[in-house]
Amino acid sequence: MKNLVILGAGTSGTMMANHLVSKLPKKEWEITIVDQYSTHYYQPGFLFLPFDIYTTKQVKKKGKKFIPKGIRYVQDKIEIIKPEVNHVVLEHGEVLAYDILIVATGTKIAPEETEGMKGPKWRENIFDFYTYEGAKALRNKFREWEGGKLAIHITEMPIKCPVAPLEFAFLADSYFKNKGMRDKVDITFVTPLDGAFTKPKATKALHHLLEDKNIKEVTDFNIERVDYENNKIIDYADTEVEYDLLVTVPTNMGDAVMERSGLGDELNYVPTNKGTLQTIDHENIFAIGDATNLPASKAGSVAHFEAEILTENILRYINGEKLKEEFDGHANCFIETGNGKALLIDFNYTHEPVEGTFPFPGVGPLSLLKESRTNHMGKMAFRWIYWNMLIKGVHIPFVSATMTEKGKHFETVQ
Amino acid sequence: MSVKTIAGMDVNVSEEGYLEDMSQWNEGIANEIAGEIGIELTDKHFEVLNYLREKTAAKEALTIRKVGKSGIVNIKELYTLFPKGPLKFSSKIAGIPKPTSCI
Repeated sequence: MKNLVILGAGTSGTMMANHLVSKLPKKEWEITIVDQYSTHYYQPGFLFLPFDIYTTKQVKKKGKKFIPKGIRYVQDKIEIIKPEVNHVVLEHGEVLAYDILIVATGTKIAPEETEGMKGPKWRENIFDFYTYEGAKALRNKFREWEGGKLAIHITEMPIKCPVAPLEFAFLADSYFKNKGMRDKVDITFVTPLDGAFTKPKATKALHHLLEDKNIKEVTDFNIERVDYENNKIIDYADTEVEYDLLVTVPTNMGDAVMERSGLGDELNYVPTNKGTLQTIDHENIFAIGDATNLPASKAGSVAHFEAEILTENILRYINGEKLKEEFDGHANCFIETGNGKALLIDFNYTHEPVEGTFPFPGVGPLSLLKESRTNHMGKMAFRWIYWNMLIKGVHIPFVSATMTEKGKHFETVQ
Repeated sequence: MSVKTIAGMDVNVSEEGYLEDMSQWNEGIANEIAGEIGIELTDKHFEVLNYLREKTAAKEALTIRKVGKSGIVNIKELYTLFPKGPLKFSSKIAGIPKPTSCI
């Protein structure tokens, strides 16, 4: 009997379990999946929770429900991975031997990396919305907040779902408008990059959204510390931004088990081949989703496309065949712009988000890089797709793992 | 993409003036781009630039944190070398792509 072990039962790990259970012969392979938590969160929902658009119940379910029969589900923390002997040691002492290991441990926020962030004001007037607890605490704060300076801040790149902070700013504008108190809230978007939008085409097509919604931008801001006593964030160039309420996206890091096991880079992400998803250092270890160091977006849609390619490569690896270098960095994301509208973007390693229609060339119904109500409906429908299709590994019709250029307006490709 | 003459060389640059092909880079080009930004390059600058180019050639994503842990400079020193745009200006001068988000 051979063993395939999946570390992490989040979006990527659960998808891989569902893909592989029907592909690997049960008489030859035992599949085990390990996760320390019993709850599976619909993470895209964390964006909506603070604004009372989603309830807490809509964003969490028992993780076990999504692990197919025939797979061993172990709920324990991972102590260390020992690649030299092909072992995973769990906190309670169990040792899992593996022939193939899939790392799907994701990424998490590390507010302790920035001085003053996770201090006495954490979740008083300094919040994150990248965790369930943070999003819920912020919801409670917003319900009673009387207004003031709202700073929406990105600590450093890379972050999960790079566009979420911008969506947050748009939704905040709508939320306070609907509450009849937009004039009491001063919204500033603070980014270490040179703009809220960083690609020339998107900047041209979308920068007006910030102006229309009266959202100020502070760019090239690399935070050194939070001065929580005086409600200011200060960057390395001594630029200061004042806030009454700070909503920050702290440094994102991979799981600390990668550091303990010597498998991660300086942010605990696992160096991974960007086309095959095999790790650089160990041929029988593969990585998927946010846990990798790939120059792709850390997002569920990326993990979804990766899962199809990784499944095939695992089978190829087992059969001793050459791996497919097929993953192209494909991402496909809805971007909420507030007031019941959204954008849709489709891009990969080499192509910027472009205008056009999706998924049917020339027809849509979704439009790329343009605000529409249909796109917003798409984003809302996606929660159902996530729980019922995506993590169960059901193929989403008409959406391919690699990006198609049909029906999209490519100009000069840079 | 357009062609620009920098330090007597015709190179391909993006709309924002970043080199499209890092192999077209040389020290003369670095000095001229730095001059346009208002930075005079020292040996320390070149140590950072070479580090950025090595990591980019190895397809590793660059972050300020990574440069800060490179052993060449810490983050504060990186700021002193490339004021107002530690990663943006250093990338432009090093002839590598601009650091961006997804959109």
